[in-house]
Amino acid sequence: MSLLSFKGGIHPPHEKKYTEKKAVVKAVDPKVVTISMRQHIGAPCNPIVKKGDYVKVGQMVGEATSFVSSPVHSSVSGTVKEVTNKNVLGGKAMCVVIESDGENLIHETVVSNGDISGLSSKEILEIIKNAGIVGMGGAGFPTHVKLSPPPEKKIDVVILNGAECEPYLTADHRLMLETPAEVVYGLRALIKVLNVQKGYIGIENNKPDAFKSISEAAKEYPEIEVVELYTKYPQGAEKQLIYACTKREVPSAGLPMDAGAVVSNVATSAAIANAIKTGMPLVERICTITGSSVVEPKNMLIKVGTNIKEIIDQCGGYKGKVGKLIMGGPMMGLASNTDNIPSTKTTSGILIFNEDEAKIPEAENCLKCGKCVSICPSFLEPLYISAYALKNDFEKAEKYNALDCIECGSCSFVCPSKRPLLHSIRVAKKEIIAKRRKSK
Amino acid sequence: MESLFRVSSSPHIRSKQTVSNIMRDVVIALLPATFAGVYYFGLPALVLILLSVGSAVATEFIVQKYLRKQKATIKDWSAVVTGMLLAFNIPSTAPWWLVVVGSAFAIAIVKQAFGGLGHNFMNPALAARAMLMASWPVEMTNWVSTRLADSVAGPTPLGIIGEKLSVALPSMTDVIIGNVGGCIGETSVVAILIGAAYLIYRGVISIRIPAAYIGTVFILAFFFTGFDLYMSTYNLFIGGLMLGAFFMATDYSSSPSNPKGQIIFGIGCGVIATVIRFYGGYPEGVSYSIILMNVASPLIEKYSSSRVFGGAKK
Repeated sequence: MSLLSFKGGIHPPHEKKYTEKKAVVKAVDPKVVTISMRQHIGAPCNPIVKKGDYVKVGQMVGEATSFVSSPVHSSVSGTVKEVTNKNVLGGKAMCVVIESDGENLIHETVVSNGDISGLSSKEILEIIKNAGIVGMGGAGFPTHVKLSPPPEKKIDVVILNGAECEPYLTADHRLMLETPAEVVYGLRALIKVLNVQKGYIGIENNKPDAFKSISEAAKEYPEIEVVELYTKYPQGAEKQLIYACTKREVPSAGLPMDAGAVVSNVATSAAIANAIKTGMPLVERICTITGSSVVEPKNMLIKVGTNIKEIIDQCGGYKGKVGKLIMGGPMMGLASNTDNIPSTKTTSGILIFNEDEAKIPEAENCLKCGKCVSICPSFLEPLYISAYALKNDFEKAEKYNALDCIECGSCSFVCPSKRPLLHSIRVAKKEIIAKRRKSK
Repeated sequence: MESLFRVSSSPHIRSKQTVSNIMRDVVIALLPATFAGVYYFGLPALVLILLSVGSAVATEFIVQKYLRKQKATIKDWSAVVTGMLLAFNIPSTAPWWLVVVGSAFAIAIVKQAFGGLGHNFMNPALAARAMLMASWPVEMTNWVSTRLADSVAGPTPLGIIGEKLSVALPSMTDVIIGNVGGCIGETSVVAILIGAAYLIYRGVISIRIPAAYIGTVFILAFFFTGFDLYMSTYNLFIGGLMLGAFFMATDYSSSPSNPKGQIIFGIGCGVIATVIRFYGGYPEGVSYSIILMNVASPLIEKYSSSRVFGGAKK
């Protein structure tokens, strides 16, 4: 079968060789976990435990405060030390700090929900919601929200994203290789919730072993098609993935549901399977710790709330002088100025760059070479949006469709003049959205 | 206190391609035509090329450092490219001061006065050539034949056709290898194509503008010559068409940056060049076709930008 893909995109170096052959290892149990109330897009959670409370693994410690929100649970058993504002990625958030007793006693609410066949779609949706499952690809959008489209939106396909197009990261790759049955099981649950006939699992062709293992696991389910995607960034971007699988374009300013599709990450799917089979909410995940400045790159299963520095220490610590610490991949990940922050449900990667790699190149004049235009997966003209944004002419930036930017960073990557294209487009998007809010 | 790391907006990795890599590739791509020019026109051609490059680089340095008081970017090779291209567009008989004036004009007026690299709205070398042509027409059209030819006077094939001279046209082989009268860098089609292939291979230029340009010239010439396949093909290999299509019309800042616009731009160049060649007052129309389309480029770009992903089909 020919490889599926989208128009535009780039070919950054894969850099997956550090960890792609390394089986997932379980991290040493943390003595203290810091559970952030803000691990998802939407309203932060409300802590429902207080200092001195004894909690167990899987016990809810933060409740969802609105529909677009997702509860958080303890990943250890032990005593709540404090409930306070702490540093997390990108600022401060209310956190529940729990001192582990090392017993890992499981909470009474954590009981198997049986099998998909015995559950109604409403029941499955409720399990997903209560298990605090959010998009584990990085964005952290609450999964139950995606699964509750308004009735006028007809969904007919579910797509699992196994592209893992970000360089360096191999967490999804290892997951697909080591527990393919869980991924497929989760997809079957999603198919049932949305009452659709078709599910895709898209995997880039630089992971032939993962493609094989998932295909094997899915072969007895005719409604599931495992498709091989051409290795190109951003192949795993929601809209690009929908196009690759179905040739449908999500309308400008629209959501995947406007193209009749729901996209979910393979790790999210496996978490759903786990929540159904064992009743365990999302309290741990696979994360790739990699880069030139870590002694021993690894794929690890880490508990939500583990301190990032502790995780890095388990990989032999830093190698040489560290330049940059990136949570996620190098294309869309967020740089953190400190390693003293807790991991979350969306910590798919911890990437550590040396000083040389962390250097920010000096921008030169725009050549108008048009490379950013030819690779933009949203068919935009990044050079003009950026030029107007830098002149504070956000109206013009809006006319050049700044809001259609998916922030994949391909333009900044290819720019020979090393201009801060995406950075300035982000500023323009913020300004445009702020202005729209005001005028409402 | 724990150590703090550097933060910046994503993406955190950049491609290896830089401005100077691109410009250096263009210089490398111009070398075959340089060797051909020096081979056919001898030492004077080499002297003019070196003078032109030297003058371009010096002008860039002086203007940036002393007039615009900014960091001089002569290390990016772009002034070298302009210097080489200007010399390529001048006959080997030209006096030394002509290229010096020409490349200084190209850099100081056409490039730096409008903001430097990426801001010129015309191809600097071609705008300078047009200025020289208007100011010193005699010096600019004093053709000699190549060192390998028997005759001393060396009218260009275009001149023979345009002015209906009673001289036999050079053979197809001669016009392809470059053994004909003409400007220093334009005569050898083979040398230019080798350089062009390198640029396309390296991803520096796309084939869109040259293909649209040359294709249009071929089709129109086929009609204008009364469906003469030999002459319409011959027409592609004479004059500055190959040099112009691959090295001048593809100038980034003075051509559209989107694919559709580039094709429209190339077709426009082809139409203007062929009409001038067959019906205009000059025997050659390549440089004027590109300059005219340079001026139209912003307009073309404005109306040729593609629909956004998920937007209505245009």
